[in-house]
Amino acid sequence: MDIPTDTTPPPPRVEDAKPTTAAQKRAARGATRPGDRIFLALSRGSGIALLLVMAAIAAFLAYRASIALADNEGSFFTTFEWDPAGITSGGKPVFGIAVLVFGTVVSSIIALVIAVPVAIGIALFISHYAPRSLAAPIAFVIDLLAAVPSIVYGLWGALVVAPNLTGLYSWLDDYFGWTGIFEYQGGAPRSLMTVGILLAIMILPIITNVSREVFLQVPKFNEEAALALGATRWEVIRMSVLPFGRSGIISASMLGLGRALGETIAVATVLSPSFVINASVLDYGGGTFAQNIASKFNEANEYGRDALIASGLVLFVITLLVNGAARLIIARRKEYSGANA
Amino acid sequence: MSISTMKPTGTPGGESGPSNLKAARLPRWSPYVIAVGSLAVGCGIGLAAGLDSRLQWGLIAAILFVAVSYILSATVEGGRQAKDRLATSMVWVMFLLAVVPLASLVYETVQRGAKVFNGYFLSHSMGVVADKETGGGIYHAIIGTLEQVGLACLIAVPIGLLTAIYLVEYGRGKLAKAVTFFVDVMTGIPSIVAGLFVLSFWILILGFDFSGWAGAMALSILMMPVVVRSTEEMLKLVPNELREASLALGVPKWRTILKVVLPTAIGGITTGVMLAIARIAGETAPVLLLVWVNPFINTNPFDGAQASLPLYIYQQYQSGNQAGYDRAWAAALALIAFIMILNLVARGVARWKAPTTGR
Amino acid sequence: MKLQRKNRRALTLGALAVSGALALTACGSDDTGDNGDGGKKSNAASDIKCDDAKGQLAASGSSAQKNAIDAWVKQYTAACKDVQVQYNPTGSGAGITAFLQGQTAFAGSDSALKPDEIEKSKKVCKSSQAIDLPMVGGPIAVGYNVPGVDKLVLDAKTLADIFNNKIKNWNDKAIEKLNPDAKLPGTKIQAFHRSDESGTTDNFTKYLKGAAPSAWPYETGKSWEPKGGQSAQGSSGVAQQVKQTTGAISYMELSYAEEGIETVDLKTGAKEPVEATVDNASKAISEAKTVGKGKDLALELNYKPTAEGAYPITLVTYEVVCEKGNKSDTLATTKSFLNYVSSEDGQALLKENGYAPIPSEIITKVRETVAALS
Repeated sequence: MDIPTDTTPPPPRVEDAKPTTAAQKRAARGATRPGDRIFLALSRGSGIALLLVMAAIAAFLAYRASIALADNEGSFFTTFEWDPAGITSGGKPVFGIAVLVFGTVVSSIIALVIAVPVAIGIALFISHYAPRSLAAPIAFVIDLLAAVPSIVYGLWGALVVAPNLTGLYSWLDDYFGWTGIFEYQGGAPRSLMTVGILLAIMILPIITNVSREVFLQVPKFNEEAALALGATRWEVIRMSVLPFGRSGIISASMLGLGRALGETIAVATVLSPSFVINASVLDYGGGTFAQNIASKFNEANEYGRDALIASGLVLFVITLLVNGAARLIIARRKEYSGANA
Repeated sequence: MSISTMKPTGTPGGESGPSNLKAARLPRWSPYVIAVGSLAVGCGIGLAAGLDSRLQWGLIAAILFVAVSYILSATVEGGRQAKDRLATSMVWVMFLLAVVPLASLVYETVQRGAKVFNGYFLSHSMGVVADKETGGGIYHAIIGTLEQVGLACLIAVPIGLLTAIYLVEYGRGKLAKAVTFFVDVMTGIPSIVAGLFVLSFWILILGFDFSGWAGAMALSILMMPVVVRSTEEMLKLVPNELREASLALGVPKWRTILKVVLPTAIGGITTGVMLAIARIAGETAPVLLLVWVNPFINTNPFDGAQASLPLYIYQQYQSGNQAGYDRAWAAALALIAFIMILNLVARGVARWKAPTTGR
Repeated sequence: MKLQRKNRRALTLGALAVSGALALTACGSDDTGDNGDGGKKSNAASDIKCDDAKGQLAASGSSAQKNAIDAWVKQYTAACKDVQVQYNPTGSGAGITAFLQGQTAFAGSDSALKPDEIEKSKKVCKSSQAIDLPMVGGPIAVGYNVPGVDKLVLDAKTLADIFNNKIKNWNDKAIEKLNPDAKLPGTKIQAFHRSDESGTTDNFTKYLKGAAPSAWPYETGKSWEPKGGQSAQGSSGVAQQVKQTTGAISYMELSYAEEGIETVDLKTGAKEPVEATVDNASKAISEAKTVGKGKDLALELNYKPTAEGAYPITLVTYEVVCEKGNKSDTLATTKSFLNYVSSEDGQALLKENGYAPIPSEIITKVRETVAALS
């Protein structure tokens, strides 16, 4: 039996096949029907429109960034400073993104490490564990939470969450401070860890939603077969649900990561930014691309804006790499799955 | 703990012998008892060690719960069952872990927002009310957000849906690869950059004024990739058999897509679109650049400055006084309510229209 | 068929929702400030000359003067009902950028235009150039949160050392020396600065540099130069951190320091330490000199005033307009609004809102310049 999975369905096969039966002949002719032609033109047209918009933006940004980079006196990738106005160096612009790369990557990793297991847990809870009467309302609530805008998370993060984290951080410092990663020196808990926690909460509903949607698509007979063989519930999940949903989970995590990488307002409200790299994630300081753009943009002159756009371009590249990696993982899995074979 | 006194009823440990069909099980009530027990011990430890954060109490209790369930099950029921218990308890813990912050978010917003949230607040604009004074409302911002988000959806949803259909149902070759690539690039655009692009293109080069429409264009740029990605994912999940069955019946491909593929995936697609709306409805930066800030009511999105809810929240928060905070929370409450109602309606429609499934 | 009928029903529902939303748009109104506890009644309306002012007046810039603009707009709109002033507190830099790109009628800026900005302004002002008009002054308070200490005296050098992380605890010798009577705890000092670029930072660091050059080795500017340290966005952000964090200290406009934040009295060249008040700031601003050329009225503030009771950390916000060649469709409105703002009534309104008026000889020049705008 053909197991339907996430692979791209290859409809052309139907058309390529030799039309031997009357139905297939009709189907083959179908490709040239006016309705089909119009629909194809429409959908291809939107694809092209999207492409054009994107290409225009990319070109625009690359142009603005090149202006900034041409005059940069510092090394763009290794300078630990952001001074496009050249205040400290007598008018020569010096700026680099080392701190931003570090902050963005670290906070996103923290967010994913916290959010992905929890999200899978909730998704499984809704799809397989919760009592049926409870599952639907919970799914519904999580759905709604996915719709909470980031400005509200920012408001909540700054006024409710951050003030409550001091205790947790001192505790982490007491027991794990020796690692160097969890050293906490006091001060307002507005560190990359706080950002990571807030981002985790923000992306949790998204990852949960998509994962759940995928888990629910697992063919029932796969699970029933495993159950019939005497598998426990966990074994059913491990053997049929998780393998089936893996690419869905990855793609869900990537959607979440996308939001985490580009999150602006929420990060800007909870982080205490400065251009330093701390080994400890609990110490204030650091910054992320989007946050840096948001906090510096308003007061920046035109050249400063170009410099910020150059940093925005790097955010693109990082996002692109992440997305590319996700696509690779999904594609490789497709080869082994034998689905649609 | 009370469990420790329980006597195992079957052969303890390991795989039970083949003669014993019914292996030893923990009683049905054991998870509840373990949960209550670990919660008590967690709080006890928290109190004794003087940990001032309730979060830590909860974490300790959660870890205890998982560990105790596993150990008990391993000694009584054997390895496989113990793993199952471990997974079950982990899933429960994960769920509770996630519920706490999300519940807190909703609670705080409702509780703090209710202070000034009333009919007057909903039906009046800020007008000339100063940041430090009480009074004023969000009517102008609601109008602005509704119109901007609506316009953005009008642009982004059709293009996004059709692009996803193209990628999944037709996409082969270089064009599809290029579109996929650029959709990936687009997901990484910081919102302020999208705003800046529209600013240079629409306002500086073409010379138009600030308007809701300019903001809507920037929002649609942010919305498109989200719609494409999620729709793509959902369309891929539609079993091929459905397509093949439809095509085999001689249904043209476009009708197959419209009548079979889309309705099957409509639930997921709606979720994706709602997520996209949630993302753009909460955007502040592009709106600030393009829509400007208008404390007065302007119902025409094509002429003159408008306001928007997220921008309103941001500015009231920035104003940094109690009257501003109150208004910010109340506006946040309105924004969440707005998005949730939209979500509810969309979901209802989607469920209504979707072919029945096992769900 | 059944599916189709359902489709139609769904469409009807959608149409209903849309028309409902449209119906909603017909039932709101602008808050005119008269109802509820919307503040004081307008009384100065009679003196405001509206002339040909009408339509939307878009402006943006400094967030420091937002509260002042709010107060002015309220009075002004009460008199000139056809005008909607939309002031967008985006920050000085963004305000100047928007103005130079011709998007706005005027910009609000906490620092005077730089030479290259004046050069660029020739494009938007056609043949003429942009000028600075000082309109609002105000004290920058140093707010702190140390339980049990409700009066604290510091001088420029100690402040510089605190923000430079050289003085780390509240019971440091240097602080004790200035406050012999206070019970200073051994708490760590948590110094916050602004994370965004800001005119407030600019003026605060200028004060540190001007009054204690040896203790403050950094350049002055809108962004905070020392590495590390804690920060928050906006004056409201740092104020909120000071409120939340024990041992915190930061700088902010006086109006943000009002709710539950104690402010530092500064020891200047005068005999007695000076409290951060509007009156004391006015005394310092009155020592300011005009340094702008021609019609430009950019000021140079004196950060080392010796006069009794002059508070040295002050901020002056300029409105930036074109000397000639302002946009024709908003010129009348801009002139009318700025005319009111610089009038005696307009300046008198500042004191009630935590700002300091501009000294009379300077504001007279401003009035003349506003009258000559074209």
